[in-house]
Amino acid sequence: MSTPHQQMFFQHLFGIGQLSKEQIEHLVSMGESFIELSRRPIKKAPTLRGKTVINLFFENSTRTRTSFEIAGKRLSADVINISASTSATSKGETLLDTAETLAAMQPHVLVIRHSIAGTCEFLADFLPHTSIVNAGDGAHEHPTQILTDLLTLKTQASGYEGITMTIVGDIAHSRVARSHLLAAQKLGYKVRVVAPKTLLPSQVEQYGCEVFHNFDEAIPGSDVLYMLRVQTERLTDNCSFPSIREYHEAYGLNRKRLALAGDNCVVMHPGPMNRGVEISSDVADSARSRILDQVEHGVAVRMAVLTALCGTAPEPEKRTPRREKAEAAMQAQGKLL
Amino acid sequence: MTTLLIKGGRVIDPANGVDEIADIYIEDGRIAAAGGKAKTEIDASGLIVCPGLIDMHVHLREPGQEWKEDIESGSRAAVAGGVTSMCCMPNTKPRLDHAGVVRQVIERARQVGLCDVYPIGAVSRDLEGKELTEMRELMRAGAVAFSDDGNPIWHSGVMRKALEYASTFDFLIIQHAEDLQLTKGGCMNEGRISTQLGVSGMPAVGEDDMVSRDIMLAKLADARYHVAHISTRGAVELVRRAQAEGLKVTTEAAPHHFALTEEELLGFNADAKMSPPLRTEEDRQAVIEGLRDGTISVIATDHAPHHEDDKHCGLSCAAFGIVGLESMLPVSLGLEREGVLPMSDLIATMTSNPAKLLHLDAGTLSEGAAADICIFNPDEKWTLDRNKLFSKSRNTPWHGREMTGKVVHTIKNGRVVFQKGDVIG
Repeated sequence: MSTPHQQMFFQHLFGIGQLSKEQIEHLVSMGESFIELSRRPIKKAPTLRGKTVINLFFENSTRTRTSFEIAGKRLSADVINISASTSATSKGETLLDTAETLAAMQPHVLVIRHSIAGTCEFLADFLPHTSIVNAGDGAHEHPTQILTDLLTLKTQASGYEGITMTIVGDIAHSRVARSHLLAAQKLGYKVRVVAPKTLLPSQVEQYGCEVFHNFDEAIPGSDVLYMLRVQTERLTDNCSFPSIREYHEAYGLNRKRLALAGDNCVVMHPGPMNRGVEISSDVADSARSRILDQVEHGVAVRMAVLTALCGTAPEPEKRTPRREKAEAAMQAQGKLL
Repeated sequence: MTTLLIKGGRVIDPANGVDEIADIYIEDGRIAAAGGKAKTEIDASGLIVCPGLIDMHVHLREPGQEWKEDIESGSRAAVAGGVTSMCCMPNTKPRLDHAGVVRQVIERARQVGLCDVYPIGAVSRDLEGKELTEMRELMRAGAVAFSDDGNPIWHSGVMRKALEYASTFDFLIIQHAEDLQLTKGGCMNEGRISTQLGVSGMPAVGEDDMVSRDIMLAKLADARYHVAHISTRGAVELVRRAQAEGLKVTTEAAPHHFALTEEELLGFNADAKMSPPLRTEEDRQAVIEGLRDGTISVIATDHAPHHEDDKHCGLSCAAFGIVGLESMLPVSLGLEREGVLPMSDLIATMTSNPAKLLHLDAGTLSEGAAADICIFNPDEKWTLDRNKLFSKSRNTPWHGREMTGKVVHTIKNGRVVFQKGDVIG
């Protein structure tokens, strides 16, 4: 039998889809033990001293990037932030070249956010000596957000097993929704998705979730109302919804709707919020809201993830996979020509 | 006088209804009546001898994108796959929308001398879907049909006129049936897997609605209309009904659409990304059923070479298309093994059927015909290695997979141009 920590050994964190129940629970527990560090007067531990973490963000992000940065720094890692606007991509360098270049500087971990689904899996094929953490890839996965949410739920009396989480909003374009749907199947909580047909992905029932179009009907029996951020430009540009006003009326969470929920139902949001669109201020700021707890727990689980992954990648070599591939092709072609 | 004798093979010549053990005698590049001794002999016992294959849907990238493929590398890939005639699509740079470019492509193929290239002329100038090309002029230059492939002819008014004009002169219009408004931003079939991967999908209805509209327009224009690379259950059914109604509607299927499904995309495999995309198992079965009952009369590859850099950028950014010339025959032979089509009918989909559709002087072993011949072992197993393709590009979903059926010799105009795994000439 391998210990839980040995089972934890994996080089990359692409998504919830790759993880077992035990691995998810182990990361959440590790995260729980890190909460206390951030509450100390001196918020520093030597765990990752001598490790290098690069945050490579091709999409705007405040909380996720900051969260990874603080997580790394509190554990004494050297953390470098690169955002797309300041990187070489604006000079016409390809994504792969940027990633290969950074990997050649021998970081232990590359934390990547990109608008293209599958970016981390794609890059990992070419960067065998770096650990890659997915900080959000298109509408695919956002694993550290889900670990964050699970930690927040774990600190609740209800826990997460057996609860009903009702996720409301643009399910079609939400990586958070997808990752929760995968986690729910592994960890045994129920998910209800609430959205108009224009914001639901094809065959979402494959995840075993309940589908609602009427928000009011989905609220009773919910333990968590999980409100997704509405990207307002996306909503109206492709005719997914006629107006923000009508969206709020149909799918926004306000005090009146919250009254339909049970006494222990809490409200969560991955942020950043659009007050008055998917959530009204009185709900966001109410005692039911766990939104700022999520932010705090986000730092803790990212500490857990960086700790788990740092040092799992094999030692670097001179030859990159791309060079090997090119050489193999040239050899084969040379024989033919 | 050069002579060549192919001895003892199973000769399958669907154009003449031949399927028997026989010798083929070639004199001065043409099939001759059985003769005596020949200077060269090929022992074809245990092998199948059929007309050189015709692939009526390839992208050769020359002129304009020669780093992906050119007429020479494309011709080498063709003969390695047993193909001796191919039709190249007009989305080159410049487009095949002027007679000069059409002549240039044909001339270059003649210089290479491995495989006949029959250009498909553009329907509209610069493939913009606005003004028609000079189709008669292009036909005189050597074009054999018309298409804007890569793009659909999306404008209903232009499509109507194109069909009417083409029908006037009995030209064939080949449509890349895709409703771009419905497929916008998509990189694979819309459905279960696209939802899992979190990528935008291309719904099947985006093919069905275009085919449906086109069939109505083809009926109105009394035109010959051909659906390229058909991939959905709905589109196959639409073509079947149109044929039952007596309309001059035909279609082709690509090997990947009857051999693979959207499952290939799991793991964000850009070498399984093409348009139309790999569909569901239900669609795949419908394409197979279409081949079985003859609704789909042609197998064509949609050979679409792309450089690695165009594929190595994340699934949703990767270019559409896969190479297909060198895997066409072994993948298609699966249909015979699975009992979908008898060998002779299967070979007809890659020889006599496209020849008839495009009025090509090819795809037959009749006496006096050009001696274009494919000799293959239907049972030989081999593993496809992307690095060993003759194409310049390596974007194939079949890398590392076992293939059953291997081309042993390819003969063009009586000359052996491929044997023992090597292109000669």
